[in-house]
Amino acid sequence: MSAAENPPEILMRRPSRLRAIIDSDLVYSFLRSKVTIAAAVVTLLIVLAAIFAPYIAPKNPYDLTQISILDSDNPPIWMEGGQSPYVLGTDDQGRDVFSTILYGSRQSIAIGLMATLFAGMLGIALGLIAGYAGGTTDAIIMRAADIQSTFPAILIAMLIDGVSRALFGEQRNETVVFWVMVLSIGLSFWVQYARTVRGSTLVEKNKEYVLAARLIGIRPAKILFRHVLPNVVGPVLVIATINLALAIITEATLSFLGLGLPPTQPSLGTLIQIGQKFLFAGEWWIAIFPGITLAALVLAVNLLGDWLRDALNPKLR
Amino acid sequence: MLAFIIRRLLQAIVVMLTVALIAFTLFRFVGDPINMMVGIETTNEERAQLRQDLGLNDPVAIQFARFVGNAVRLDFGNSYQFKTPVIDLIADRFPATMELAIASAIFSLVIGIPMGVYTALHRRSWLSNIFLAASLIGISLPTFLIGILLIFLFPVTLGVLPSFGRGEVVRLGFWTTGLLTASGLKALVLPAITLGLFQMTLIMRLVRGEMLEVLRTDYIKFARARGLTDRAVNFGHALKNTLVPVMTIAGLQLGSIIAFALITESVFQWPGMGLLFLKAVQNVDIPIMSAYLLLVAFIFVTINLIVDILYAVVDPRIRIDARAAA
Repeated sequence: MSAAENPPEILMRRPSRLRAIIDSDLVYSFLRSKVTIAAAVVTLLIVLAAIFAPYIAPKNPYDLTQISILDSDNPPIWMEGGQSPYVLGTDDQGRDVFSTILYGSRQSIAIGLMATLFAGMLGIALGLIAGYAGGTTDAIIMRAADIQSTFPAILIAMLIDGVSRALFGEQRNETVVFWVMVLSIGLSFWVQYARTVRGSTLVEKNKEYVLAARLIGIRPAKILFRHVLPNVVGPVLVIATINLALAIITEATLSFLGLGLPPTQPSLGTLIQIGQKFLFAGEWWIAIFPGITLAALVLAVNLLGDWLRDALNPKLR
Repeated sequence: MLAFIIRRLLQAIVVMLTVALIAFTLFRFVGDPINMMVGIETTNEERAQLRQDLGLNDPVAIQFARFVGNAVRLDFGNSYQFKTPVIDLIADRFPATMELAIASAIFSLVIGIPMGVYTALHRRSWLSNIFLAASLIGISLPTFLIGILLIFLFPVTLGVLPSFGRGEVVRLGFWTTGLLTASGLKALVLPAITLGLFQMTLIMRLVRGEMLEVLRTDYIKFARARGLTDRAVNFGHALKNTLVPVMTIAGLQLGSIIAFALITESVFQWPGMGLLFLKAVQNVDIPIMSAYLLLVAFIFVTINLIVDILYAVVDPRIRIDARAAA
């Protein structure tokens, strides 16, 4: 009986895909950290609540037929004067605070995700090109990155927002504002991706598989996106998670400053801005509950990012 | 050394010119500057005359050169909203922002360094864990939310400390200061804490990291072996060696503090440059936007330059590396 007919046991019983995922280091380190599990649960809860907002929210706060001015300024349900179904109270126009938070998280998370995706794609593409092409192209892209990174992201986002005001004028409706936010936040966060990807591309491009691909005449674009990209994308995940938290904060800050989403389509930041006026009247719940939601979301995403960074760092294994 | 400084200076000038180009593009091509400056009753002849007077018919390169020349002489034109020179508006608000920024930088150093030292020396104590957990929350809370929570806690609930404005100010020549009156000092407390909290957590983590590294080195072990007191070892030897990177980061962060002041200024209605910029963005007042952009860029570039040069003075290896690279 030769070895070829009877392969060693380890090759015969290849574990299933699912088994491989469960046994991986990533899942092991995830299950070992209680803080990370809690962070994942909080993130998942907020995201699910945001996705299913129309089914969960007791009232649609932006449907004028469903709100009544008679229900305005109700405190949360456990305080004196609180009324069902307004668990977290109502604002000055009788909108249910709990429902506005659900709809607001939707906007915040959507813009955060889209902006992170946009920044990631732009940064990865520029980083790949800079690293692979080298020379003048590399110098131009990286100098642009240097100059941009001397400015705080929020200033760049504000500047783009200001330009959009001049360009769109009266036509600045809610859809335009949404995409302007995605664009302005995305454009202010691409640098970190580009630097990281450029660094790994510089290493990868001298490896034999790239050389082989070039020898058989594959186009540079295909080599970059089909062969190099999968090998440099690991660290990008960590940056993306941490940048997601930053993007959500930036969106909330812009909206809070009155430069982001309008009160007709509020994000968490807009809700806090609206609620700020009522703090002094003692109606703290209008600003504080959206604030807590925002803080919980950002903290949870940050914790997930920290875990991912440590789990993927080979030095710490 | 001189070559190093000159090269850095040239780099800084290139950065400033790039920013000036962006500011110029904003001014010249986003909306029509003439339409922004005149009312609807202005005739077409008057508009054409103004266009000619402002030199907007000249080639773009000449216009850009003139823009840079004016900017160097601090002439940024008139604000569209207020019809007064932009530089006067900025000069008027500059002291408020600087006092806020410096107060919060001092706050972050005075609180952050001792917290960092403590968490490094007592790694397992419960207080250290509380500090570290608090710092994570501090990083996750957006600045404006910290401001609102502080307003909710102090002025609203406890009825102490003002929640907006700068209090009474005293005029000293061109500078207005709130540091000499009781109401001015009180008004400074909450904004300075709001703005400084993020930097404080940053400095605490940095000092902790550096201290932990230094405490493992041989010369610290040797100092202990010589029988020096804990105080002499921890503060005389260890802390002293962590301060170079801390000062660098603190210096670089001063630029961010000035830029981020605009969020705090908005929460507390602090009459600084940031609030001016914010109103300018909302009202598409492009001269103010481009002037603020150039000013912030100038502050950032200057601080970076000073830090680079100081580093080269302190650490000769950087000079040699730079020479080798050249």
